[in-house]
Amino acid sequence: MNDFLAARSQMALSLGFHIVYACIGMVMPFFMAVSHYRWLRTGDIIYKNITKAWSKGVAIFFATGAVSGTMLSFELGLLWPTFMKHAGPIFSMPFSLEGTAFFIEAIALGFFLYGWDRFNRWFHWFTGVVVGISGLASGILVSAANAWMNSPAGFDFVHGEYLNIDPIKAMFNDAWLFQALHMTLAAFAATGFAVAGVHALMILKKKNIRFHTEAFKIAAIFGGIASVLQPISGDFSAKDIARRQPAKLAAMESHFHTGKSAPLYIGGIPDKKNKKVDYAIVIPGMLSFLVHGNFTDEVKGLDAIPEEDQPPVAITHYAFQIMVGMGIFMMLVSLLLFISRWKRKWPKQKWFLRFFVIATPAGFIAVEAGWTVTEVGRQPWIIQGIMRTADAVTPMPGIVYSFYLFSLIYLSLTVAIVFLLSRQIKMVPVLYDTSNLTAQPE
Amino acid sequence: MIMQYVVIVYLWLAILLYLVLGGADFGAGIIELVTTSRNKPGVRKTLYQAIGPVWEANHMWLIIAIVILFAGFPEIYSQISVHLHIPLLIMLMGIIARGTAFAFRHYDAVQDDMQHWYNHIFVSSSFITPLFLGIIAGSTFSGKINLEADGFLSAYVFSWLNWFSVTVGLFTVALCGYLASVYLIGEANSEQDKRRFIRTAKEMNIASVIFGGLVFLAAAIDGVPLVQWVFGDPVGLGSVIAATLSLGLLWSSLRKGKLNALRFHAGFQAAMILLAANYARFPDFIIVKGGNNFSLFDHIAPANVIAALGVALLIGSVLILPALFYLFYSFEKGLRTPSEKPGTISPPPVPSHHVPSDPPSE
Repeated sequence: MNDFLAARSQMALSLGFHIVYACIGMVMPFFMAVSHYRWLRTGDIIYKNITKAWSKGVAIFFATGAVSGTMLSFELGLLWPTFMKHAGPIFSMPFSLEGTAFFIEAIALGFFLYGWDRFNRWFHWFTGVVVGISGLASGILVSAANAWMNSPAGFDFVHGEYLNIDPIKAMFNDAWLFQALHMTLAAFAATGFAVAGVHALMILKKKNIRFHTEAFKIAAIFGGIASVLQPISGDFSAKDIARRQPAKLAAMESHFHTGKSAPLYIGGIPDKKNKKVDYAIVIPGMLSFLVHGNFTDEVKGLDAIPEEDQPPVAITHYAFQIMVGMGIFMMLVSLLLFISRWKRKWPKQKWFLRFFVIATPAGFIAVEAGWTVTEVGRQPWIIQGIMRTADAVTPMPGIVYSFYLFSLIYLSLTVAIVFLLSRQIKMVPVLYDTSNLTAQPE
Repeated sequence: MIMQYVVIVYLWLAILLYLVLGGADFGAGIIELVTTSRNKPGVRKTLYQAIGPVWEANHMWLIIAIVILFAGFPEIYSQISVHLHIPLLIMLMGIIARGTAFAFRHYDAVQDDMQHWYNHIFVSSSFITPLFLGIIAGSTFSGKINLEADGFLSAYVFSWLNWFSVTVGLFTVALCGYLASVYLIGEANSEQDKRRFIRTAKEMNIASVIFGGLVFLAAAIDGVPLVQWVFGDPVGLGSVIAATLSLGLLWSSLRKGKLNALRFHAGFQAAMILLAANYARFPDFIIVKGGNNFSLFDHIAPANVIAALGVALLIGSVLILPALFYLFYSFEKGLRTPSEKPGTISPPPVPSHHVPSDPPSE
């Protein structure tokens, strides 16, 4: 592995790790706020216990997200100093605002976690809501910064110089809205399904059924709504990418040849050398329809992009297929959820809960795959059309070792967190829901 | 143009607050490190109460400082990133290990042998992180960063592995320990605890003075004109005198039991040390070999970027500072709820409020 590949891998690993904790950290506070609200309104102790049980998980995830985020703010410079030297002033606006949002989130979390029975109950509830809102704002701002790399704006690039910088224009680049929307929905869908899946499993195991059922309902509703909306947002994003980054779209769809009535390939193995896709399900004209809304218009293929500016096709295509596959699966499960809800039957059937158990990791697999699509699909550029990733990398040799080291660190952290969460779940009957142990529940 | 100064003031303010608040936070772990194992549980309890609610917020100042650097002074940020890559990486590993170990040891639902591991990681990273923060800070003005170097060692290792940077690192550790022990005097749960923190504060004070002396010695060895910066400059000299006077006042307020004055003086001394070390070479932020220094004014981002950054910082402070003060105020020892008065708090990770049989407080 050379240093450039190591730097890219380390960045991918760090972001791939952080994105999970960031999503959970920004979404869980909303679940807690709902449960907390019910506790305050109904006085049903079960909701207080759910809120507290969740808040322990959030504290663990938030701490991990905060340190891995700190790591990233340095890593941008450690691995891509040339990129940061030029991009820093241009796309820093969302980061400086995100600094504020993150700070407020940390303050509010201090109030929320340590504030039980200490403050006015509604003030305490409100601090939990602030954690969620500022986390959400952070997520949107960071998406806007990433969107700038896909859709650079707010400067003039003249003879290799970055002139007339306008940080506000850079923040509100063409890609920010759809990307932030897609990421936000993804965070809600992924976290909702992950949390609902864990509680569904516990219901199936007949442990603390009421506790886990109430928790399941909250998480599943959030995840379900986001999963049903996500394909719409995905459609916006695909059309947007076709317009701004035709190379990325072509790689996502393994669309080698520019042409009218472009077909859609589902699955398949892209063969870059012979410019074809093997073993795919082909739907004629469908790609033209998805991009232009009719079955005949021309869609730019990879042949319209110079060889040296083409992204890796296979990775982008597979990642995209995985993302869409997971998204559709989650949408179908969510539709089932809403139908059963509409028929006033809360999901009690085993087969239904099993769907949710199977779907536990689906959202996060989709998040990682989607993140791969947006990042690998932009290669070889770090700033689309302006700066190549290879020109941005640090001159320091030996990045391979730092990559191995951080792989080890992130791996151990992942193991530690899975371990801690499993202990949290195991301890639910003792710490959060003693109704099974005591003879007389509330 | 005024925004240039706003941004520079915020940069230094963030560095100062990170030193004082984040530093005290690191120091808490350093105190745990130097406490005998018999007394560790008591110290841990005090630490949990004192820093639990505020520790995340205390570390945000580093993020603020780094964002100001990469938004406002991108060339400086990228030079530091390249030439101090290795100590930055070690510091980051420390930050990751410390933050997660601190959270894990409080939120692990089962209290068993794992606590031993969390404690171990927490205390050792509480030492390593400020050590490397100090090494990084020292390296920026050691003059050892060599832009022309092409060998791996001369470009990426000797830039920070030198007597001066390392002694600054050790001094930073002692200073963090000092700040934390002074801060914790007011948080102690018992008279015995309090006496222990006072003793630690004195030891850390002595250690700071010794390491401070070593910094000057190393400066002489490594050819860093520190004496000239600190004593050859009226502001530098003035801040040393002010810090010394404040040290006297600190011990006298301790005798009078004025806890807030105590904390103010410790923070003030840290500010004076920062001022003394940095004023004379301002606006140069990185001193490099050969004298082609990186000045904050020469390497500042274009005016409209600075204006936007300045406005973002000003708006940010309006939102952050009141909330932060209220957070600190709310979790002051004196304002804790009766259930958390000395001796009665149940130690984490199973504080009393976990017991789910609480009656609803409707």
